[in-house]
Amino acid sequence: MKRLVVIGNGMAACRLLEELTRLAPDLYQITVVGEEPFAGYNRVMLSPLLGGGTDEQTITTYPHQWYRDRDIRLITGSPVVEIHRHRRQVITAAGHVLGYDRLLLATGAAPRQLPVDGVALQGVMSFRDLHDVRTLLSLPAARVVVVGGGFLGLEAADALVKQGHDVTLVHSRGHLLNQQLDKAAGHRLQQDLEARGLKFAMQARTQSIEDNGHGGVAAVHLGDGHRLPADYVVQAVGIVPRTELAAQAGLTVNQGIRVDDTLQTFDPAIYAIGECVEHRQRTFGLVAPLYEQASVCASHLAELGHRRYLYADTATRLKISGIDLVSFGDFSDDGDTLQLELPGSYRRLQIRDNRIVGMVLYGDVGDSAFFENLWRNQTDISAVRATLLLGEAFCNLPGDGGDQQREVAA
Amino acid sequence: MSICTTCPYCGVGCGIKTDGVQLQGDKQHPANAGRLCVKGSSVLETLGDQDRLLQPEVNGQVVPWDYALDEVADRFRRIVDEHGPDAVAFYVSGQLLTEDYYVANKLMKGFIGSANIDTNSRLCMSSAVVAHKRAFGEDVVPGCYEDLELADLVILTGSNTAWAHPIVYQRIAAAKQARPDMKVVVIDPRRTATCDLADLHLAIRPGQDVPLFNGLLTWLDDHGALDQDYIDAHTDGFDATLNTARQQGNDWDALAEQMGVSKVDLTTFYHWFAACERTVTVFSQGVNQARNGSDQGNAIINAHLATGRVGKPGASPFSITGQPNAMGGREVGGLANQLAVHLDIDNPEHHAAVADFWQTESLAKENGLTAVDLFNAVESGQVKAVWIMATNPVDSLPEADRVRHALMACDTVVVSDCVASGDTLACADIRLPALGWGEKSGMVTNSERCVSRQRPFVKAPGNAKGDWWIVTEVARRMGYASAFPYQHEHEIFAEYSALTALAGRFGRRLDMTAAADLSADQYEQWQPQQWPLQGDPRCFGDGCFATPNGRGRFVACENPRVRQIGDAFPIILNSGRIRDQWHTMTRTGRAGRLFAHLSEPFAALHPKDIERYRLKEGGFVRLASKVGDALVRVTSDAGQRPGTAFMPMHWTDQFSRRARVDALVPARLDPHSGQPAFKHTPVNVSDWQPRWHGWLFTVAPPPAVEYWARVPVDAFLQTGQVQRYRLAGDADLTEQQLHDWMPEAAQWLALNDPATGHFRRAALDSEGRLLAWLAIGEELPLCDVEWLANCFADEADTQHLALLAGQPVDAGPDLGPVICSCFQVRQKTIEATVEEGADSVEAIGKCCQAGTNCGSCIPELRGLLETCSV
Repeated sequence: MKRLVVIGNGMAACRLLEELTRLAPDLYQITVVGEEPFAGYNRVMLSPLLGGGTDEQTITTYPHQWYRDRDIRLITGSPVVEIHRHRRQVITAAGHVLGYDRLLLATGAAPRQLPVDGVALQGVMSFRDLHDVRTLLSLPAARVVVVGGGFLGLEAADALVKQGHDVTLVHSRGHLLNQQLDKAAGHRLQQDLEARGLKFAMQARTQSIEDNGHGGVAAVHLGDGHRLPADYVVQAVGIVPRTELAAQAGLTVNQGIRVDDTLQTFDPAIYAIGECVEHRQRTFGLVAPLYEQASVCASHLAELGHRRYLYADTATRLKISGIDLVSFGDFSDDGDTLQLELPGSYRRLQIRDNRIVGMVLYGDVGDSAFFENLWRNQTDISAVRATLLLGEAFCNLPGDGGDQQREVAA
Repeated sequence: MSICTTCPYCGVGCGIKTDGVQLQGDKQHPANAGRLCVKGSSVLETLGDQDRLLQPEVNGQVVPWDYALDEVADRFRRIVDEHGPDAVAFYVSGQLLTEDYYVANKLMKGFIGSANIDTNSRLCMSSAVVAHKRAFGEDVVPGCYEDLELADLVILTGSNTAWAHPIVYQRIAAAKQARPDMKVVVIDPRRTATCDLADLHLAIRPGQDVPLFNGLLTWLDDHGALDQDYIDAHTDGFDATLNTARQQGNDWDALAEQMGVSKVDLTTFYHWFAACERTVTVFSQGVNQARNGSDQGNAIINAHLATGRVGKPGASPFSITGQPNAMGGREVGGLANQLAVHLDIDNPEHHAAVADFWQTESLAKENGLTAVDLFNAVESGQVKAVWIMATNPVDSLPEADRVRHALMACDTVVVSDCVASGDTLACADIRLPALGWGEKSGMVTNSERCVSRQRPFVKAPGNAKGDWWIVTEVARRMGYASAFPYQHEHEIFAEYSALTALAGRFGRRLDMTAAADLSADQYEQWQPQQWPLQGDPRCFGDGCFATPNGRGRFVACENPRVRQIGDAFPIILNSGRIRDQWHTMTRTGRAGRLFAHLSEPFAALHPKDIERYRLKEGGFVRLASKVGDALVRVTSDAGQRPGTAFMPMHWTDQFSRRARVDALVPARLDPHSGQPAFKHTPVNVSDWQPRWHGWLFTVAPPPAVEYWARVPVDAFLQTGQVQRYRLAGDADLTEQQLHDWMPEAAQWLALNDPATGHFRRAALDSEGRLLAWLAIGEELPLCDVEWLANCFADEADTQHLALLAGQPVDAGPDLGPVICSCFQVRQKTIEATVEEGADSVEAIGKCCQAGTNCGSCIPELRGLLETCSV
């Protein structure tokens, strides 16, 4: 049997293992080395976990038994410290030396650190993994400043509010989720979250974190001079691909570990998937392309390889504190803007040449797949434009035009 | 507790039985024997306090009755004293009951001393009155409805009976079904719904009735089909009349060509007429509303006199009247050129007898002003005070815009009405709240001289009063208390019945004397009865007429002058009723159901004309005549004669922006009757293309846009009844305007597509109830207006998307709960993929996307995999 070593036990890795063991159950003797001391869990579910909406057991989608059932050796809590490409070996912190015929790098990404004074103080945290969540869950009721109005920051902030903390979210831009939402939806989201007790400092740059004199946090200072008293700071200002091992092993690394369309690195024995890779100048942070990479990569590892990974723009689907959001494409003001406003829900479609080029759904996202298909297929929507925003149920209405006839028929 | 009453609409005069909740046709009533048309069946839906005039108002202020009555009496008194009795006028209505009519006529002619009381019956029946008087010596309809069933040939001319007199139509239809040999001929330039029953439809050119019936007279003479014995024994003037008729010759090809019909059709009609001893010719507004309406009536009667077919079973000319009590008004003297009880003002003996009966020295000595002249006199200032009762001349008179201006400038305009808003009420200085149908009590006479009761069954709303009471109170305040002692309407009816003794004294057939001593109780118990109250229900069947020498009179009818159609106004516009509306919609316009048939004002044109004038079916047309214009929808109707158009008469400024057909009609009158020629207005037509169309549901008045048409919705909010407006405009709309058209609201639903000008708005209150709804687009936004109306009426919580769509969403089969919330995949869909072979979470994801995003549903997917594969 060939030997496969997988470095990383995150969502991409687990998905690949699932696919691979299905495609070629007897091809490899597999060893997985995870940095975290846990079996495979669903990172997307960390926010609900922090918010008290689920428990660790539920989000552990790949428990130890799952690995045992597939004869996969899982090494946790002992990260790989070195890759010897010539010897085809990896070495862990605890001294394991694991030979491989194929190596998969799924090292993921690390939270980006704020480039400000005080970032190293006790009480300045991130929100990335199960450990972070356990830490955050252990905090006494306190004043928390969350930096970053992307979805991770929002989820953390909302979950912390649910835990009883006094939370202020600092965001450097004019509206929340500025990558995913237009202004109107961003403002709605802010209002809805404010109604749940979250406070906001918008268009605010974090200048520094003030020491409380005991190595802990006293306050966050903003660029405009405001001082936000705080006991804890949670950073949610993006992620950085983890490429140290790959770089050290001499693989080509730019922003991430560079891979080709088969997810192969510079070294034909080494593959890489997930947040750690760079594919065609693109890095990744959402789960959907990771799954696709896992699927393509698994087919190659299974020696059934003919598939190629090509990035497909997909809709961003988020759920923040029960508020559904979906967006895709371009929603700059270029082209025609169609808007639908309802209590608790908002829709926007951007149309060019009678085709959907962008979408934002806020609240009721029931028709997201309908719009996404129209977008992906570049369907001409002129025939249904009048009712397009109302969704699929209203875009195939029987008796179109009949009403006018009936009105004046003598 | 059910009561028997009479329908408030057309002159058929159907009996109704109702307890205020249920309503049905009165099986005992001779007019309808239980049948009712759609208008009559829905009359309960038009009741209610909404938009009712409830209190007297003087100059816009609510005042007590005493104050209002004093004000009316003082103003009329003062003007009569200063300017003479002819400086005041009453304009009354075929909607009034006989008692109301009687006291109004008695006050004006008998005591104020002017004959300036005319009625809206002038607009529909006065030519028939002239024709009757000229031929028979008295305004009497000789036949009765039963004749329609006994006839072998029924001719319907100038009458869309199916829509305007539906129960008469149904009686004819039933008779024809029972006796298929019975023939029906419809004479009408339009192919109307009535033609469904016709064995022969003669679509003659407008205004050709006299040549048609003159031709008939000649044809009958040529074919030896005259009843020469009858002519000799019972008539005068035949030779002169035949000579006049013969002036057009007997070239039937040429005549058919002139008529615009085929010779076969023309001679078939003549042949049938000759062959059928039992022939009834029903004629109505299409005959009367012409510049030679009186002659058209007489041309018909001539043919009947020439064949001895007057007042005999199944054989008679038969004028059917438009209004519920036009006949009663004619009987008591509601027209400016009648005295009372079929007597004449200019006959000294009649005059003396009536003056004596009424114990007055002021009885008017000269005919008064007929409707059009009356309002001309208002315009010129000759008439300084006018009291309008139960009618809407600002909409129903020709040159209607002029009438409005005249009233606006008039010193004193008093309007008695049962509704709070109307185009005539808007001109009133004094508004008096009158009782409406279901509240008032009195008698009406239908087209076959049948006198029936209207009985009240609901309480008078607010301070509304019966018209007879209002007039009586004003008469007393003007100083005529002793002549107006009435405490109850039955006293008035008894006095009127007693007065008909004078009619008999002067050889008239009108005879109600048997009711002269009627007790209040007998009045209450009154059963429908035809007059003469004793004897033959038909009149003149014995060949004896009400003329001085007892002989019927032929009237020589000249063919009308042929008018050239000018290029400026190339289309001849006709107007008339539609099936489900009545007059100016003050009643039928309250029932949303009655708009289901036709909801907007329209002009019907032949498809060729639509093409020729570059109109669009369903689009808009601007019609303009010499005197006015209108903007309505275009209906294509192959039943229109090319070169003609038809507009309904019903729409007022209360229901549409500019759709009053009578604003277009010039005031051209029949010289004998003073009846306007409503059926023959030269107009031009042009396309109007709005830049936007829309729907608006709101309780508020319509927005100021180029076109709107209103339909009431059967839904009431705290602020009033919901109205549905169809809108169109050619000015750019701003978001601010859309905002201004909507009420204050707690919640909003909005759809904006500014690039195409498509906007939708729904306003909801804090509990989610719909307050207003708006949709605007380059094309008329699609919606289900009836469903939306229900959304206002129902408290049910309607899905917001459906509300904005204006349509219910078909929920489809129940697919169970959402499992994958990212892609909104429901349980049943997932189960279906498993049953089709998906054996893993990944396979499910490939089929239906479930679980392929956040993955939080994967445990549930696994669960479903297990349960489904068991």
